[in-house]
Amino acid sequence: MAPLSDAELPLVLQPVRSVGRSVLDMLQTAGRVALFGVRGVRAMLAPPWFPGQLGRQLMSVGYFSLPVVGLTAVFTGAALALNIYTGGGRFNAEQIMPQIVALGITRELGPVLAALMLAGRVSAAMAAEIGAMRATEQIDALHTLSTDPYRYLIAPRLLATVIVMPLLVVVADIIGIAGGWVVATKTLDFNGAVYVKNTWDFLQNWDVESGLIKAAVFGFLVALMGCYHGYHSSGGARGVGRATTHAVVSAAILIFAADYLLTAAFTHR
Amino acid sequence: MSEPPKDAEAPKLEWRNIRKAFEGKVVLADLDLQVTPGRSLVIIGGSGQGKSVTIKIAAGLMSADAGQMLVDGQDLFALPPKARRGALAQMGMLFQGGALFDSLTVWENVAFRLINADKVARKEAKTRAVGALERVRLGASVADLYPSELSGGMQKRVALARAVVANPQVIFFDEPTTGLDPITSRAINTLITEQVKGLGCTAVTITHDLDSARSVADEIAMLNDGVIVWRGPAADIDRSGNPYVDQFVHGRADGPIKPAI
Repeated sequence: MAPLSDAELPLVLQPVRSVGRSVLDMLQTAGRVALFGVRGVRAMLAPPWFPGQLGRQLMSVGYFSLPVVGLTAVFTGAALALNIYTGGGRFNAEQIMPQIVALGITRELGPVLAALMLAGRVSAAMAAEIGAMRATEQIDALHTLSTDPYRYLIAPRLLATVIVMPLLVVVADIIGIAGGWVVATKTLDFNGAVYVKNTWDFLQNWDVESGLIKAAVFGFLVALMGCYHGYHSSGGARGVGRATTHAVVSAAILIFAADYLLTAAFTHR
Repeated sequence: MSEPPKDAEAPKLEWRNIRKAFEGKVVLADLDLQVTPGRSLVIIGGSGQGKSVTIKIAAGLMSADAGQMLVDGQDLFALPPKARRGALAQMGMLFQGGALFDSLTVWENVAFRLINADKVARKEAKTRAVGALERVRLGASVADLYPSELSGGMQKRVALARAVVANPQVIFFDEPTTGLDPITSRAINTLITEQVKGLGCTAVTITHDLDSARSVADEIAMLNDGVIVWRGPAADIDRSGNPYVDQFVHGRADGPIKPAI
């Protein structure tokens, strides 16, 4: 039996069809993203490689993201210190503040906030650049010049972001904890040396390592969303704008989803 | 519709019963077309008639819904990946907007394939790129500029140099004179003819610029509603006796072709 057209379908069932269509679209998109990711990873693992492109992306994603990640981390560390001090004060446990700040920054806020900053900065830039290349037939030109766009455009971006994100998170961890230290020592009368010692003694390797694993995964998602939406953009300038928005929004949502899944997996480790 | 010329030589390119539709709209309907080696075929037709799709399928940039795209007698869609890459590697293409990489200098654009695909040393690649630029009447002084620093006509020349630098056996030209003034258009047409004849390659051009078609074509084919409605020598375009061609040549609003507005 042929499916009923929208006009033939009873009014009451139309929302059901609409929901069904959305679910199918979502699954289709998930499948396409997964295939895109697999092709990107395969291109990353097998030659030919383009070290020049990788170097350019390392600079663009890593070095130029340092200021924004650093500023985010310092303010987050400072605000976190104040909040934990207030919360700890409710049951006379203010002195535990350095440890909780360190834990919060290394396990959670360092990787998540750095990734969100990169979603805004890097994912959007990748979607816009690759989308503009699609709109001006530069990606087709790559094909006609015997160069695989996955190897030349996608793989260097994925690899660079996966390499750079953990390094940025190391920086964010240090600066975030330093932000807490400044607030604690300048406004809350903590002793600076004791603060550092408490933090150092309390932190375990896994606290930092789990954050770095998260960072690598988030980095992959940030680059994947930027590349995917740019590569599949259509419709000229408007399409590039749409691709940029989708890249940032989907990267942010995936970062939060992956953060929960990884945290749950690490908790039961 | 005139028959394609009977030629003992096997076609370099052959579109065989190619069908292509986008969201239910048929763009190519059982397209049959051949080009013999060393010949220059120009495909004319109105906007939205499937000209771009025709060359994108031949250049491996798009797949067909049905039919075969034969290159040297081998179906491009059925070839294993390595052989397919080999078949496509003998092709070059000049895109409508040039499609130059804006982050690279002019010479890096021209030498892109030499450096990245053919693994030619950068120094030698630059020498060859500058040679190709000279062949399209651009001096070495533009080699280190970026595409955004060039005029539209110069960008087309750079794109032409990029398309021919690796000595392809087949070149596709996508609306090579669109957006250019008549004098620049003529210069581009002359350069295209020089390069195609100089390389002895097979050329397929799509255009709705009849001056360009007359200038670069050995043969002209007219595409309308996804099928070839006429094909013949370039010299016959003004006396084809075909209502589609006549309407197109004279730019009349009335006739079998419906304006695309």
